Amino acid sequence: MEENIHRKTVIELQNVKRNFTVGDEVVHALRGISFKIYEGEFVTIMGTSGSGKSTLLNQLGCLDTPTSGEYILDGVSVRTMKRRERAVLRNRKIGFVFQNYNLLPKTTAVENVELPLMYNSAVSAKERRERAIQALEMVGLGDRLYHKSNQMSGGQMQRVAIARALVNNPAVLLADEATGNLDTRTSFEILVLFQQLHAMGRTIIFVTHNPEIARYSSRNIMLRDGQIREDTENHDILSAAEALAKIPVPQDD
Amino acid sequence: MNTTNLFKIALKAISANKLRSFLTALGIIIGVASVIAMLAIGQGSKRSIRKQISEMGSNMIMIHPGADMRGGVRQDADEMQTLKLEDYESIRDEARYLSAISPSVNSSGQFIYGNNNTPSTIYGVNEDYLTIRQLKVEDGEFFSEQDIRTAAKVCVLGKTVVDNLFPDGGDPIGKVVRFNSIPFRVVGVLKSKGYNSMGMDQDDLALVPYTTVMKRILAVTYLQGINCSAVTEDATDQAIEDITAILRKNHNLKEGTETTEAEVNDFTIRSQEELATMMNSTMDLLTILLGSVAGISLVVGGIGIMNIMYVSVSERTKEIGLRMSVGARGIDILSQFLIEAAILSIAGGLIGVFLGIGAAYAIKMAAHMPIFIQWWSIIMSFGVCTFIGIFFGWYPAKKAANMDPIEALRYE
Repeated sequence: MEENIHRKTVIELQNVKRNFTVGDEVVHALRGISFKIYEGEFVTIMGTSGSGKSTLLNQLGCLDTPTSGEYILDGVSVRTMKRRERAVLRNRKIGFVFQNYNLLPKTTAVENVELPLMYNSAVSAKERRERAIQALEMVGLGDRLYHKSNQMSGGQMQRVAIARALVNNPAVLLADEATGNLDTRTSFEILVLFQQLHAMGRTIIFVTHNPEIARYSSRNIMLRDGQIREDTENHDILSAAEALAKIPVPQDD
Repeated sequence: MNTTNLFKIALKAISANKLRSFLTALGIIIGVASVIAMLAIGQGSKRSIRKQISEMGSNMIMIHPGADMRGGVRQDADEMQTLKLEDYESIRDEARYLSAISPSVNSSGQFIYGNNNTPSTIYGVNEDYLTIRQLKVEDGEFFSEQDIRTAAKVCVLGKTVVDNLFPDGGDPIGKVVRFNSIPFRVVGVLKSKGYNSMGMDQDDLALVPYTTVMKRILAVTYLQGINCSAVTEDATDQAIEDITAILRKNHNLKEGTETTEAEVNDFTIRSQEELATMMNSTMDLLTILLGSVAGISLVVGGIGIMNIMYVSVSERTKEIGLRMSVGARGIDILSQFLIEAAILSIAGGLIGVFLGIGAAYAIKMAAHMPIFIQWWSIIMSFGVCTFIGIFFGWYPAKKAANMDPIEALRYE
């Protein structure tokens, strides 16, 4: 990992622990996690259910704060932040992509993408629209700007969600099982998009239970029982585009 | 997050769910409409009844000579001779707030026509008496100024007198009847008024020029009374003040000084205040009753907003979670829901205003009920509905703002 010395640290976790109290019992969801993620990395965080990966994702996404330990996002310490401050931090530094897209119903693609900028008063209405259109073009939906969310396929909806995550130009893109609801072919299409974004220098964290996805990312962190079990660089990144080409195009009859 | 964006977000949320939004506003629409319609009916009835009562003479003022003690015996006011024709003339010329004034001298006696006779009272008055007592001439005409000046022996008979003197239904106009052996030519017949609330027959009378009664029947120079009508019921008090001042001046009554007390009025003035007061309190009660019924429906409308907002918050939990995950603060979510509630209640209020006015007119058309729409009832119901909408929107909005984004995102 010597090459990383010269790269900017986007995320740094120092012995992060998170406990939940369920009834009388204390559940240790995270038992001391430490790692750094550098700018431009495509990291998959893997683990079975109950391994603590959702809790870790909530920590990384500033939706939750650690019980102990330190989390530094893009140079800012999150642990002591108030609810309101974390909301602003999410707005400026984080892009979320969810498994079930979470688009606003009956709302056009471009309005969905505009949403994060609506909560940023520094961005004018005109700039907001321009940036939303730009983001949609980047994910290949330049021709679907004014389609409503219920008029789109799953793959298209996920592209809108990715555009929405990109529109605020975040420090890190957090994907939570982003291909979980999609068929194989569409999954690979989305993976291709993630690889393209990676190639453009985006920092991506992809939380999944699907080990196959790890082969397309640059680094893989394995979680088990709230601890890091494996943290490996992937020197042999497969091309999602090539894999996609091998999948037969479904024939409509 | 600026306000413009919040309004855009709220408007989008409303238009994305038109039916739900309409149902939310419906409570307020009905509330406001019923307040306006109810108050319009209440006010309309009040005015209509007020008009009816004033037809009975609620703004009537009666002036009588004051009763006096003579040798320890209190005298009948009618026997007093302090009220003169000059008093009538100066009140007529000087007093403000009066729309009609008539002297009053009366005498009882027997009317005779042919074989028929009947006891009745003869009232010496002028033309204004018709206005004051809300009487109308049904047949023929009232006697003229000329008749008053010449103390003509003409009379206008009440229905009861006519029925008693002309039992076979003959036309009394132009006939000569006798009152205590003085012949009177009948020039008109009054429209029947029936019995009053005291059980007195209001048609058992005859009107003649006051000069005739004074000169030809009673041979007196004083008046038994003066009847006036104030311009409006509310002006009654001011009119009484004016009359009092004029009469005190005419009668040379000394005003009070530091050392002496003012001389006591040698006349009494009465108005129908009691009737007016009773009427107003009854009507106010009616308006309060209708208003509170409508007010309750307004509150129910507000609870309707709260109910649907509450459901809407639960239904949109995931949306709230998403908004929070992309950077909406609690205050942003709170504002969004409050603005939604405000927009719905203001829009509902506006629709309600038009619906209420429409309903009031529909009731007027269909049920022929009198209505009167007061601008303050519109302003008030609109203001209250906006307040209620925001007030009841607060709790669900607060609930939404306090949601945990993790829980909200996971909500199914």
